[in-house]
Amino acid sequence: MPQTLYDKLWQNHVVHEEADGTALLYIDRHLVHEVTSPQAFEGLKLAGRKPWRVSSVVATADHNTPTNHWDRGIEDEVSRLQVETLDANIREVGALAYFPFKDPRQGIVHVVGPENGATLPGMTVVCGDSHTSTHGAFGCMAHGIGTSEVEHVLATQCLLQKKSKTMLLRVDGKLGKGVTAKDIALAIIGKIGTAGGTGYAIEFGGSAIRSLSMEGRMTLCNMAIEAGARLGFIAVDDVTINYVKGRPFAPKASDWDAAVAYWRTLHSDEGAQFDCVLDLRADDIQPQVTWGTSPEMVVAIDGCVPDPVKEKDPVRREGMERALQYMGLNPNTPIKAIKIDKVFIGSCTNSRIEDLRAAAAVVKGRKVAASVKLALVVPGSGLVKQQAEREGLDKVFIAAGFEWREPGCSMCLAMNADRLEPGERCASTSNRNFEGRQGAGGRTHLVSPEMAAAAAIAGHFADVREII
Amino acid sequence: MDKFVRLEGLVAPLDRANVDTDAIIPKQFLKSIKRSGFGPNLFDEWRYMDIGQPGRDNSQRPRNPNFVLNQPRYQGAQILLTRKNFGCGSSREHAPWALLDFGFHAVIAESFADIFFNNCFKNGILPIVLPAAELDALFAQVEATPGYKLTIDLERQVVVRPDGKALPFDVDAFRKECLINGWDDIGLTLRHADLIKTFEEKRRIAQPWLFA
Repeated sequence: MPQTLYDKLWQNHVVHEEADGTALLYIDRHLVHEVTSPQAFEGLKLAGRKPWRVSSVVATADHNTPTNHWDRGIEDEVSRLQVETLDANIREVGALAYFPFKDPRQGIVHVVGPENGATLPGMTVVCGDSHTSTHGAFGCMAHGIGTSEVEHVLATQCLLQKKSKTMLLRVDGKLGKGVTAKDIALAIIGKIGTAGGTGYAIEFGGSAIRSLSMEGRMTLCNMAIEAGARLGFIAVDDVTINYVKGRPFAPKASDWDAAVAYWRTLHSDEGAQFDCVLDLRADDIQPQVTWGTSPEMVVAIDGCVPDPVKEKDPVRREGMERALQYMGLNPNTPIKAIKIDKVFIGSCTNSRIEDLRAAAAVVKGRKVAASVKLALVVPGSGLVKQQAEREGLDKVFIAAGFEWREPGCSMCLAMNADRLEPGERCASTSNRNFEGRQGAGGRTHLVSPEMAAAAAIAGHFADVREII
Repeated sequence: MDKFVRLEGLVAPLDRANVDTDAIIPKQFLKSIKRSGFGPNLFDEWRYMDIGQPGRDNSQRPRNPNFVLNQPRYQGAQILLTRKNFGCGSSREHAPWALLDFGFHAVIAESFADIFFNNCFKNGILPIVLPAAELDALFAQVEATPGYKLTIDLERQVVVRPDGKALPFDVDAFRKECLINGWDDIGLTLRHADLIKTFEEKRRIAQPWLFA
């Protein structure tokens, strides 16, 4: 019987299955960061348990780390304690790799894993972070877990799971100029809603997906969770295999050929049945901008802030009214008329080299608008930063008036010093526009790196297609 | 983990959809390396008029009188009533920890986000899904009746209203058993340690590159 990619990945990892379908799944890669792991390590110790296989662990400090003045260390004492706790825990139990604060390969865990070849096709990848779906770009079964499950994986190398339903989200056609994987993700969420994928494992397919680079695929899978799906993934092809080849933890020598032979099977078979199939036309997707406090509150750049009066469902209408009040926006305002205070280019969604190249191409030879208080570029990792500097992208950003920072999660969730002040409005390449996400009272509009760059230059949202 | 068998508790209504885990417990409190003490900062940005910081005495902070959990009639609530897609966003288990520390042992909603839903069971919190029409009725009754309590009977899988009407709900059989017995997942999984070892050894031979 033809199988979906999800069926194949699932089957390859089942250790044991109960009669009710609850399965014990083997975990190949466990990514660890400082925020969601301390209580797990503590729990393990209190129970007198040892980690099952520390060579599955790749760890880094990313959420709390500052993005400037590294010579001063981590000045926030509570943040420093959390990062030092990770240092101590990894020192005690070990790991395949640890990239601590200031290490040249330190960075956002979802950037670091793939770029080091620690994320390989066909793996189960988990992390105490919802954006673990990112690794689905490699044909992985990858999802976020809570701290109890971090402890469970440390102790047993397994997770208890029930199979999700399957959804094929097919995007065929060709993306227009200035339209990116981020816009595909936001357009999908706008269509199906933030709970549209709940209970599903989403496979992204179709010609527009196949033509995305690995960076673009990671951006798309990263945002599967914003559509409610813990798992989002894409079949393995040459693009995947070429990306993996030669990376530090990629298979070597004879293992490489065997691995590739297996990886070539990681696609849904012709005729495989999904519980749900949705189709989008790539040609119809415009650059997207969110206007509210949920990623599903999104419109195209040439659109307007919607009017709650036109919404019939009372719960939705109230949600829209509350969002507009929080965002300080009036119904029917053209998106292009919304002025911004800050710009953030970074996060596990959009901080990879291709993202920085695309933003730099828009910025080159132009200046950040005088009304913009702060425009930040935060590379996803030390390696991304080095590569960007080799290409001179840092100089392009700095010349335009951007600040060029050290890697980390930064203003995506503002656990470090990078944040919005109450009432400030930000064009952000991150993944969540929830109330207070980028700082209490801050107002976030999610966009692609190109659109963030265009907004920085204009001082308000602008159609990048009219600039490039 | 504490057992969850039966709960008769005061209900607090949070009448909004898509409540995300950033709202349940804002990021600055995630810097803690402990599992406890998050209750005073549950829904921090909605409960207080100022911006909360970890380690601060919350009792002196200005409260938002309009926020439902600040209203005297809902003090001591153990059951949270809310709308669809509760717990969306970040996987932070600090969200169920904060709910539990505040005193909530059950959340009733039209739907839940997957990761949050799963995290609840790991902490002895029962997330219950009820149809929208039942929720509408519950919201109306809670608003109209000070001291409104519901009884949740996990064994029978029903929520019983004060008027005696029993609302049935679904729960995964395995999770139900774990809650009723207060079982630790890790202990259960380690009963299969030999199976895990056997699986791992086969895998090491079939796909050696995964074990580099």
